Amino acid sequence: MKNWFKSGAPWIWLTGGAVTLSVVMVAGLLGLIAVRGFSHFWPSDVAKIEITDPVSQERSVLLGEIVRSEGITAVTAREAGNTVPEGQEIVTRYLIKQGNRDQLGTDFVWRFEFGMSDFEYPAGVYVIERREWGNFYGFPKAIQIDGQTTTELTSGSSEQFHQQVQAAVAEAVATHHSIRKIERGDIGALNTQLERLRLQERQLDLDGVAGSERATIQADIDSQRAAIEADYLVLRNELDALYADMRRNTLVMEMVDGREASIRFADVVSIIMPNDMSALQKWGEYFHRVWGFLTDEPREANTEGGIFPAIFGTITMVFVMSIMVTPFGVLAAIYLREYAKQGTVTKIVRISVYNLAGVPSIVYGVFGLGFFIYFLGGNIDRIFYEAALPSPTFGTPGLFWASLTLALLTLPVVIVSTEEGLARIPSTIRQGSLALGATKSETLWRVVVPLATPGMMTGLILAIARAAGEVAPLMLVGVVKLAPTLPIDGEFPFIHLERKIMHLGFHIFDVGFQSPNVEAARPLVYATALTLVALIVILNLTAIAIRNHLREKYRSDSD
Amino acid sequence: MATSTQPNSATETNTIMSTEQQAKPTIKTQLQQDGVAEQLADLEIKLKVNNLRLSYGESEALKGINLDIPKNRVTAFIGPSGCGKSTLLRCFNRMNDLVDNCTITGEIVLDGQNIYQPKVDVAELRRQVGMVFQKPNPFPKSIYENVAYGLRLQGVNDRRTLDEVVETSLRGAALWDEVKDRLHDNAFGLSGGQQQRLVIARAIAIEPEVLLLDEPASALDPISTLKIEELINELKEQYTIVIVTHNMQQAARVSDFTAFLYMGQLIEHADTNALFTTPMKKQTEDYITGRYG
Repeated sequence: MKNWFKSGAPWIWLTGGAVTLSVVMVAGLLGLIAVRGFSHFWPSDVAKIEITDPVSQERSVLLGEIVRSEGITAVTAREAGNTVPEGQEIVTRYLIKQGNRDQLGTDFVWRFEFGMSDFEYPAGVYVIERREWGNFYGFPKAIQIDGQTTTELTSGSSEQFHQQVQAAVAEAVATHHSIRKIERGDIGALNTQLERLRLQERQLDLDGVAGSERATIQADIDSQRAAIEADYLVLRNELDALYADMRRNTLVMEMVDGREASIRFADVVSIIMPNDMSALQKWGEYFHRVWGFLTDEPREANTEGGIFPAIFGTITMVFVMSIMVTPFGVLAAIYLREYAKQGTVTKIVRISVYNLAGVPSIVYGVFGLGFFIYFLGGNIDRIFYEAALPSPTFGTPGLFWASLTLALLTLPVVIVSTEEGLARIPSTIRQGSLALGATKSETLWRVVVPLATPGMMTGLILAIARAAGEVAPLMLVGVVKLAPTLPIDGEFPFIHLERKIMHLGFHIFDVGFQSPNVEAARPLVYATALTLVALIVILNLTAIAIRNHLREKYRSDSD
Repeated sequence: MATSTQPNSATETNTIMSTEQQAKPTIKTQLQQDGVAEQLADLEIKLKVNNLRLSYGESEALKGINLDIPKNRVTAFIGPSGCGKSTLLRCFNRMNDLVDNCTITGEIVLDGQNIYQPKVDVAELRRQVGMVFQKPNPFPKSIYENVAYGLRLQGVNDRRTLDEVVETSLRGAALWDEVKDRLHDNAFGLSGGQQQRLVIARAIAIEPEVLLLDEPASALDPISTLKIEELINELKEQYTIVIVTHNMQQAARVSDFTAFLYMGQLIEHADTNALFTTPMKKQTEDYITGRYG
């Protein structure tokens, strides 16, 4: 035993064990997120379950997706007010997504296994993804236009019927897109123009322009406004027609309990028949859903639909942050390492910078809100956006302030890495340049800084990894639950730094903990977390690839 | 890499052998044949060191040096480690300015002007007095850009001028034939000896008047060392060369004059042959016969 200790083997086991444990934990975490996140999009079969109540012997029927099952002790189940048959220690219960929230009240229900018949997977079940009220599960009966049945589902014509339904869905989705295009795009543009005119008018008031000069400008404004309003009326009529057209078609469905419900095609996102799909079709649907998740906008308080604005917001914010933090941090590091006299003061500054990295991020958030938004933003508004007051332009949380706060948060990392990069450059290279008649600044910019770029990239990588995952300060300085517009769009000036953004990290928090529909939101949390992790990995890999390229380019003997 | 250098070094050896057999009549060999020692007093003096004292903080590294360096000759500084020979060399292009708490008194006169005068432009001085360091220190750029660096600093960006200077300099440093096909490859791809010759090419590209060599061959293998020595012999026709070396055979081989420094003082300065064959001072004799150092 003593020899075993002396041999050093325990150290190998101890250190190796620490590595193993870390790897297991990280892999476990990623594995959990990946499994839960990826499985959410699978179009699972819809089961029909008959349940006989153990007391009253009443029979009820459920139609829905089995989400998961769990075993609980009979005692717990009884305490919760359920009747559990004697002689059972553990009872199994299933979570069933029955949908039809508008009809049944809840779309997720727990049911005990006892009293259940075998699961049946009846053919012809429709799973209808709706814009409101979640999914609908049921059997189709007929298509109606203006309340008149046009096509009925008969055993002979089922294939044709399904095709007609899909055609109607496709048409409804297309109409929906054109409505959105008009509302968001065209009418949005008109609103922006109107707002611009209003601001122009207000600016005239503020500048005290009066008399004939005012009258000419005013007339011009009024005529422009009239033109815009005329345009608006045209669009409005177009919209009304589209809406009216859309509301006419309905699909009559029969729920599993025999009741009928009619669903407007206008509310339908998609209709699938999972029980009739082949494995290949299911994979097709799976990837279709994943794609939709990544590219669609969220619906129903973020519990349905996609997360595109959050992905977009996160990336935009990280880029704006990188653009701000890199030059700032690099210049600071160059001064500290190359120009500052290495004395007590420099030492104190350096220690302070290092310690800034340890300040809790929420503190940066509060600082950003107090200093950047209220003070700087407020003053910017007073000076440049006076006409828009009292509604703030930059004096309110937004992309710019969020990025600036994160830039401040990640500044120490960039400074430290750049300094280390500069310190690693052999002094012989500097001397070589100086000996050729270069001044200090020429040496710095032509030889030293290019050589230090890998160090700067390391700093940027760390900064991106930290910034992309940061949530706490962002809640204060610019991230919101639902942003109506993206920070980059076709409206001049194209990049809207003052706009509020959505962010994946905050989206996880919001969907997971602020959502009215916990069961519907749960898989989305995993899927969103997976997306965030993947996004950070992609950003990092890109930066690492650039760094390695630079390293190869500036490889020196000392490496 | 290894396979490609192998045949190269074989040819290198051959060329050296053949040139040695030819025994080009350099100034030094000429004089040796004549059996006449050159007198410092007869030569034009390029650099004049007058009572130079240098100290790092409290410790004095150079204790009043007086020395003349003749034009178009090779002057070698020898002496044991820490004797101040490198420090003295670095005074000629004011590289010691970079060292904190370094104080210098006395003067160094280059072409009649004291280089330690306050109004002297140090960058300009370093263009006149080039330097090659102990370890090859090419920049992390292509071979071409390494040589063109000094010219680009002076604002020369004309492609044709640069091409011309790069070729002349690389030829001057006896490197052209080895690198002409890969001018735009990274300089770090060269061998140590090639890198050192590249650094010499870089230094002569801006046409300095004086070339300072700080143990230029100490990090190189014997064959590369021979090539560098060969090169020094050729370069002295155009440049005034000052070389610091640990290797007394090297000093004897390449230099016309040798200065022996010990403990921050100049002990003896004479024609190389004289110094090595009939040293005037006992300390010099002890050193060159290997009694200390």
